[in-house]
Amino acid sequence: MDDLDRRLLNRLQHGLPLVREPWVALAAELDSDEAVLRQRVQALLDDGTLTRFGPMFDIERLGGAFTLAALRVPEERFEEVAELLACMPEVAHNYRREHVWNMWFVLGCASYAEIEGCIGLIEVATGLRVLNLPKEETYHVGLHFPL
Amino acid sequence: MSACISPSDEPLARRLIAFTEAGLPLVADPWAWLAEQLQLSVDDCLALLQRLQANGLIRRIAAVPNHYRLGYRHNGMTVWDVDDEALAQLGPAVGALPFVSHCYRRPRRGDWPYNLFAMVHGRSAEDIEPDRETIRALLGDACNADEMLVSSRILKKTGLRLGGA
Repeated sequence: MDDLDRRLLNRLQHGLPLVREPWVALAAELDSDEAVLRQRVQALLDDGTLTRFGPMFDIERLGGAFTLAALRVPEERFEEVAELLACMPEVAHNYRREHVWNMWFVLGCASYAEIEGCIGLIEVATGLRVLNLPKEETYHVGLHFPL
Repeated sequence: MSACISPSDEPLARRLIAFTEAGLPLVADPWAWLAEQLQLSVDDCLALLQRLQANGLIRRIAAVPNHYRLGYRHNGMTVWDVDDEALAQLGPAVGALPFVSHCYRRPRRGDWPYNLFAMVHGRSAEDIEPDRETIRALLGDACNADEMLVSSRILKKTGLRLGGA
């Protein structure tokens, strides 16, 4: 990764400008050539430095209901419960975290009633209580890794 | 959260999400490519993107780094028990710190006292400690307790499904 890659990545994490000729605008900003910039992005995608180039959506704006939830899973049952959640389409991601609440997952459903139904299902299937922590306010969302 | 996308934009937005699931092609005129998919004129397509960005459905058209690959292997979910009356002011201040990627207010529960969540990323667990100190200093006396929950394994990772479809 050279200096141009770094400047390009830092700039692109903030997004391609929504102007008629975005790559021309970016090339002017970075004092480079638009075709070169696109080749650089392609190379960074090809070598795995970037996972994706495209629009990032706040899917919740289209409706639906979401929550962050957690379980306290006994170690000997950890894999079994992880497998159960992996099979549920409502579970978007699931992480092990080092805490007594050791399993943290995001649920996405069409409505909050469905979220509650889904939580009830998990509680019945596992015999464990679900900690349900829907967000009440968003203060910030924006992944930015300075390079 | 209330959606503020106009009824006429909503079906276009859903198609836009489907068409760009794999990303945007790296072509000189990406809006022309999108316009063709959506059967709009290029100007209408760009105007649509601008509206959707203004109302928050599109956060940005971005390059997403593989943060594991860049060395940011540790994500710490820092959780804070902050006085309720101070949160409206302190929540946005924590969210504005450069190393915080996500910051939310969530409800307290009987055995869960934490109402402020801030996700912090670092190259190592120790890397995150100074960031926690910064948050602690910012919250000051308004914070009664805090913890950090470090992720040690990804058990499942898929995108959020479209809600309300």
